[in-house]
Amino acid sequence: MGRIMNTRKILYQYGYHRCPDQDRASPARHSVIIVGAGPVGLCTAIDLAQRRIPVVLLDDADRIGEGSRGICYAKRTLEILDRLGVGNLCLEKGVTWKVGKVFQGNDLLYAFDLLPEDGHKMPAFINLQQYYLEHALVERAAALPNLEIRWCNKVVDLKHRNDGATLTVETPEGTYKFDTDWVVAADGARSPLRGMLGLAFQGEAFEDRFLIADVKMKGNFPPERWFWFDPPFHEGHSALLHKQPDDVWRIDLQLGRDANVKAEQAPERVIPRLRQMLGHDNFSLEWVSVYTFQCRRLERFVHGRVVFVGDAAHQVSPFGARGANSGIQDADNLAWKLAIVLKGEAPESLIESYNLERSAAADENIGHSTRSTDFIAPRSAQELRFRDATLALARHASFAKRMVNSGRLSMPSTYDTPLSTPDADSWSGSARLGAPLPDAPLHDQNGRPIWLLDAIGGEETILHVPNGTQPPKGSRVLVIGSDLFDNQGFFAQRFDASPGSTYLVRPDQHLAARWRHGTPSLLESASRRLRGFEGGHA
Amino acid sequence: MTALITESRLADPDRTYRALIEAHRGLSDEDSAALNSRLVLILANHIGEHSVLQEAIALAKQSMEPVEPASE
Ligand SMILES: Cc1cc2nc3c(=O)[nH]c(=O)nc-3n(C[C@H](O)[C@H](O)[C@H](O)COP(=O)(O)OP(=O)(O)OC[C@H]3O[C@@H](n4cnc5c(N)ncnc54)[C@H](O)[C@@H]3O)c2cc1C
Repeated sequence: MGRIMNTRKILYQYGYHRCPDQDRASPARHSVIIVGAGPVGLCTAIDLAQRRIPVVLLDDADRIGEGSRGICYAKRTLEILDRLGVGNLCLEKGVTWKVGKVFQGNDLLYAFDLLPEDGHKMPAFINLQQYYLEHALVERAAALPNLEIRWCNKVVDLKHRNDGATLTVETPEGTYKFDTDWVVAADGARSPLRGMLGLAFQGEAFEDRFLIADVKMKGNFPPERWFWFDPPFHEGHSALLHKQPDDVWRIDLQLGRDANVKAEQAPERVIPRLRQMLGHDNFSLEWVSVYTFQCRRLERFVHGRVVFVGDAAHQVSPFGARGANSGIQDADNLAWKLAIVLKGEAPESLIESYNLERSAAADENIGHSTRSTDFIAPRSAQELRFRDATLALARHASFAKRMVNSGRLSMPSTYDTPLSTPDADSWSGSARLGAPLPDAPLHDQNGRPIWLLDAIGGEETILHVPNGTQPPKGSRVLVIGSDLFDNQGFFAQRFDASPGSTYLVRPDQHLAARWRHGTPSLLESASRRLRGFEGGHA
Repeated sequence: MTALITESRLADPDRTYRALIEAHRGLSDEDSAALNSRLVLILANHIGEHSVLQEAIALAKQSMEPVEPASE
């Protein structure tokens, strides 16, 4: 990513341990190996382990170091993290924010309020240093008996077969090999596994360089996202200020394409710049690096028994905070599918729907982040004119305000997918076929409050509103009015529910089917369909 | 979906053309380019249909291609 190494302070140290696989005469055989313990590999591993699939997670390092990476996590990601057992930790530690301001020069061009709607467990966004998220995930992983993390285990070779792969792993005590039915490649933007399969990673590279600094200070700035075009303290370029926990502030400064990467990171260069921006020098530098950005993806995410997730599959520029957010949504999409394929409850071809659904999501994310980067860092004199014309018009006409693009914040994808059963009835409300369910505050049988998404968890679920007839049968049915109570009416409104309404929810909480009056055969066929049995037929 | 209209719709095309000329008269090339950029954005929004804009872009690009001499 064009980052220059600084000396990284070790924040969390984990240990290398010799594992029995290293002492076997013939290679062990595992069902799933995940390569890379970044946020995406960790989430995939935890999700699979929660689904009672034994997993081994390999990482070439043995620590989490400091450094500026992801900070913004969006509502859908938080809902997934919550299902994986770290949601509350992230909420408690993170900074919840909802107001963004866009300035041009000294003037406020406009402000937005993400206006979180009432009745959702998770806020629109939190900011949290990526190392805190990773640490929380490692702790969670350690609590799962069927999840083994092997630190200092670097995959150096992959032999791919029709029914799996053989991996060669390098450790401080030499190399060893094992076989596995499936490999999840979560080995990051530089993905050595991509290279081992000879796969191209294609897309656009942006020439502009950006200085990313994390600065510690007790500021009077509110917890808002402030973005400047052409600020007085950094003329002709853009700047971003965003609050993180521990009185740390993320600062992004556009440097232009000719900036000297090395010189720009020197404290004698960085400190005066930041002093100018902040108006004082009562701060200390936590971390400074210079990045260039790319938007690239693999053409396919599934290659036989090797499945790519996160940055290894697709890389975006950080404007709009889509990297880890979309990677964690990959994990959410893949884990349940892999789990039921491994348990023999679904055909192997179900994994192809991961490729389809997350490819479309990657295209959406790459589209948004490319357009934001184009706006923030125009490449030609005319691109700059259009950008500046938009900013100038924004003061006079509301249409131009909507064109100002300082990063469109990550939203979950609505899957247009063969796993969904097309709507036969008409529906209003905010629930959409193929999208994650909107959350809703409910009560359980004991009158205790419970969130809809907590009630659903990670299992395929039928939600049913009674109408006097026999409630539907299925592996798991929740009846509104006897299992869950919609006292405040949020469910009825968001799901456009009426007596008889029945909803089929995927294990990743996306809506797979709904009916005004679901019959057992409709439900059965939709359930087969969501598990990848073609067209829902046997 | 409406298509781009290329037949003349202006009651007095000369007057419309003249309005564009007057808007630019006396401007430097840089200011002219800035003005045009604003106009394009305003008009694109007024058109309000992405596909119509796309057709307009295609027509503009097409008119920039070198004209093939008629060979008969
Ligand atoms: C400046 C900046 C700001 C960002 N801001 C945001 C943001 O606000 N929100 C957001 O969602 N995203 C953001 N991102 C993106 C986010 O950091 C990444 O998308 C995310 O880290 C990807 O996670 P991952 O697990 O796919 O890969 P990584 O985090 O890169 O993890 C890959 C892991 O694989 C390991 N590995 C590599 N090769 C091997 C091997 N051969 N064997 C074993 N292990 C191996 C590595 O050691 C590493 O631990 C930002 C990124 C940058 C640079």
